[in-house]
Amino acid sequence: MPYIPHTEHDREAMLATIGVRSIDDLFVDIPAELRLNAPLEIPSAKNEYELYLHLAHLARQNLDATRLDWYLGAGLYDRYIPSVVGALISRGEFLTAYTPYQPEFSQGYLQTIYEFQSMIAEVYGMDLANASMYDGATSMAEAAYLASAVTSRSRIAISQGVHPHFRQVLDTYAWANSLQVETLPLMNGATRDYSTIGTETACVIVQYPNFLGTIEDLHAAKEAAQEAGALFVVVADPVACAILPPPGEFDADIVVGEGQPLGVAMGFGGPLVGLFACKEKYVRRIPGRIVGRTHDHLGRPGYTMTLRTREQDIRREKATSNICTNEALMALANTVYLSALGKNGLRSVAESTVRNTQYAMKALQVKGAKLKFEKQRVFGEFALELPKPAHEVQKRLIDRGIMAGLPLGDYYAGMESVLLVAVTETRSKAQIDRFATELSEVL
Amino acid sequence: MPTKKVQQPQLIFDKSSPGRIGCNLPVADTPEVDLSAALGDLRRELQLPELGELDVVRHFTNLSHLNYGIDTGFYPLGSCSMKYNPRINERTAGIPGFTHIHPMQPPATVPGALEVLAQTQEILCQVTGFDEITLQPLAGAHGELTCLMLIKAFHAENGEGDQRTVVLVPDSAHGTNPASAAICGYSVKTVPTDTDGGCDLNALRAALGPDVAAFMVTNPSTLGLFETNIREICDMVHAVGGQVFCDGANMNAMVGTTRPGDHGFDCMHLNLHKTFSTPHGGGGPGCGAIGLKSHLEPYLPVPVVRRSRASGSVELDYTRPHSIGRVSAYFGQFLMEVRALTYLLAFGREHMADISRHAVLNANYIKARLKDVLPAAHDRPCMHECVLTAEKYKREYGVRALDISKRLIDYGFHPPTNYFPLIVPEALMIEPTETECKETLDQFCDAVIAICEEARTNPQLLHDAPTTQIVGRLDEAAAVKNLDVRFRSAEPSKLNV
Repeated sequence: MPYIPHTEHDREAMLATIGVRSIDDLFVDIPAELRLNAPLEIPSAKNEYELYLHLAHLARQNLDATRLDWYLGAGLYDRYIPSVVGALISRGEFLTAYTPYQPEFSQGYLQTIYEFQSMIAEVYGMDLANASMYDGATSMAEAAYLASAVTSRSRIAISQGVHPHFRQVLDTYAWANSLQVETLPLMNGATRDYSTIGTETACVIVQYPNFLGTIEDLHAAKEAAQEAGALFVVVADPVACAILPPPGEFDADIVVGEGQPLGVAMGFGGPLVGLFACKEKYVRRIPGRIVGRTHDHLGRPGYTMTLRTREQDIRREKATSNICTNEALMALANTVYLSALGKNGLRSVAESTVRNTQYAMKALQVKGAKLKFEKQRVFGEFALELPKPAHEVQKRLIDRGIMAGLPLGDYYAGMESVLLVAVTETRSKAQIDRFATELSEVL
Repeated sequence: MPTKKVQQPQLIFDKSSPGRIGCNLPVADTPEVDLSAALGDLRRELQLPELGELDVVRHFTNLSHLNYGIDTGFYPLGSCSMKYNPRINERTAGIPGFTHIHPMQPPATVPGALEVLAQTQEILCQVTGFDEITLQPLAGAHGELTCLMLIKAFHAENGEGDQRTVVLVPDSAHGTNPASAAICGYSVKTVPTDTDGGCDLNALRAALGPDVAAFMVTNPSTLGLFETNIREICDMVHAVGGQVFCDGANMNAMVGTTRPGDHGFDCMHLNLHKTFSTPHGGGGPGCGAIGLKSHLEPYLPVPVVRRSRASGSVELDYTRPHSIGRVSAYFGQFLMEVRALTYLLAFGREHMADISRHAVLNANYIKARLKDVLPAAHDRPCMHECVLTAEKYKREYGVRALDISKRLIDYGFHPPTNYFPLIVPEALMIEPTETECKETLDQFCDAVIAICEEARTNPQLLHDAPTTQIVGRLDEAAAVKNLDVRFRSAEPSKLNV
């Protein structure tokens, strides 16, 4: 029996102590007609070698970023993960721990969470951050809930430039809680028209840089939100914030984002880690966990989960959210990543991204391919308009070993020939040159 | 016992020295660019720690020594199913063909990943007895919320959306149940527990009416008891048009022995991180999944992952007019799903029932060994966890359940869950799981018995505990009053640009 250490002798001794004759006697409370009387119709048990072969066989069928030159981003990025990240987060004391409900026995994790909160607040330029959320999309939906609760308003204004999947998750959450979602249109790849925002609007949400790569004008967005008395919510790429003025400098009320670019594998979209930072005045209403520094009876410093009365295990239906699990292990990956890189390393990643992206923007303008939004500033991703359907070009380039980007026609009407191309610090000049050559051959 | 001599750790920010870097990073070989010209305004300052790689490794390794996981020792947290996390799971989840794929790449380029999703769903359908499984929810509470959304959509479709506004929750329920109901726009009504630890059927009957959208039942209950009348309960709720949700936190007691889908439930959440052994990681990632009967199938979140009957290949179905939409950005906690599938296949058809049988055996063994010092709240065979009460010690010696727990730390054990369920005074909820051997259970029981003796003879030992850790009991009131949730440096640093 895998992982079950009991011997026949153990079972007999334990049953004798309990005072029953068989394990079946312990199940008397389950009515007989509800008990399974035949084995489940599932595959046979596999030994450890067979398990590895089976899963490795499935993994081999996938085309992954170690086998293709990778330009698909759209919110999750093929960034380099330093070896220290995997080595440290796989330590059993971190990997196999539970929520630090007993702080004396969990100071290691609690301190890393405090460090995570500090680093994320700093990267976003905000007062404070929580101890992480499930992912960027649900973090944004929770921000909308918070804004609605704070303002007692029910309309959420969100830019069409926000990740389409994030907006779909928001739609689902909004429907469940009777909020109305209003979409702010894009003009030439950026949010420009805030005229529909009014006194019913709880918050204005924009993404920075947006899904199409454009660096949005956060001054304009903040002004529109402020005028209406709405909160200003920014979905921000933490790596871009190493080089761009962070949302806090634009007086954002809440900043959310996806922490994957900070040392977490793309992993087919999970596990990820949601970032959530805000102004201090909202701290008692935020979702999820937060760790605070305090001291013990002898005055020794220590860390503990704090403001617990917001949480569902205490306030039940009056809690600020139903979130119980956070993403502590992935938050630890972010913390190790940011510690290993430091401010100059993160800045270097951001700068290399800009250099590679600027180079690719010029190099890929071959055979009629051109920038879709020529006048917009971008950080690490741009929309490339092709003379052919983007799906077809993507498919033909995969055959040549290049994952060229995301065809945008699935998400934006009229963009069937537009490819969203992400260029991270891990691409080389030679790879980009090859992309240009292969692209010109398939066009 | 002596106080452990460990230096108070510094924050990583305090170890920083300008100009150090802890990683040999890739740097672009493309031409340099004028950043202001490319980007406009640039960031002026960024305060992150600067350390060499070795000091980063030491910092986090030393912090790990101040933490306790299953790999370190016994972790009998009730309702959390802290079972061993097999290392083969880590190995399979670390294969580049899984770690380096993107959820938005063409489905045709990830048939192996889609196969992982389909196989996991298919096995979980069999294990739970439900018609459909979706792996999109990101944690248990997220699965609860998703189930309530399906129920909400179902009632709306039947034209009863405005009428059904109430969700019933037992008084013993996890706090996430009422919170999820409230987040989903419902008002919450509590159903009491009867003296045997089951759902009070008379109270339930009185609470049922045309306004009830759903009843959220944890089975086995958080008292560690199987709800013997579950069939009747489901029938009663269905008779007034309500739906019954099963909180699957305690699925470990049922795996391979009985199936909630056969009990009359309409939907259920699963904590794959509990029952199917994916690591908890200090509070997350969790990994949710939900099972449902076919009448809720039209409302499933998109995309639906399903094996084509014709071709046998796995497809993504987005064309679903009644879907509630997306509940998370992609396909759930994919790498955790790889781990869960690995675990399910390790047990397979032959061994699946061994899980629940040994989980239940271990819990009843602890309950029997401790019955003279800490009686069970209800004297019935327990399922995979037992709820004991320390009420006598509070009354007679002024020692609370929390004091016993804190003293357990001095004996080298992680404490059980305290003060839950809320309806048991001075509750200690112990869940050993099936992966612990008899010797470990005996050592734990010996420690509890010794501590109970200390409670009678020297209660101060318990009040002062723990004394073996780097900190003693922390001042939580001060943490709230003088809120300090981030490091701030005295002087902001400028970027080296």
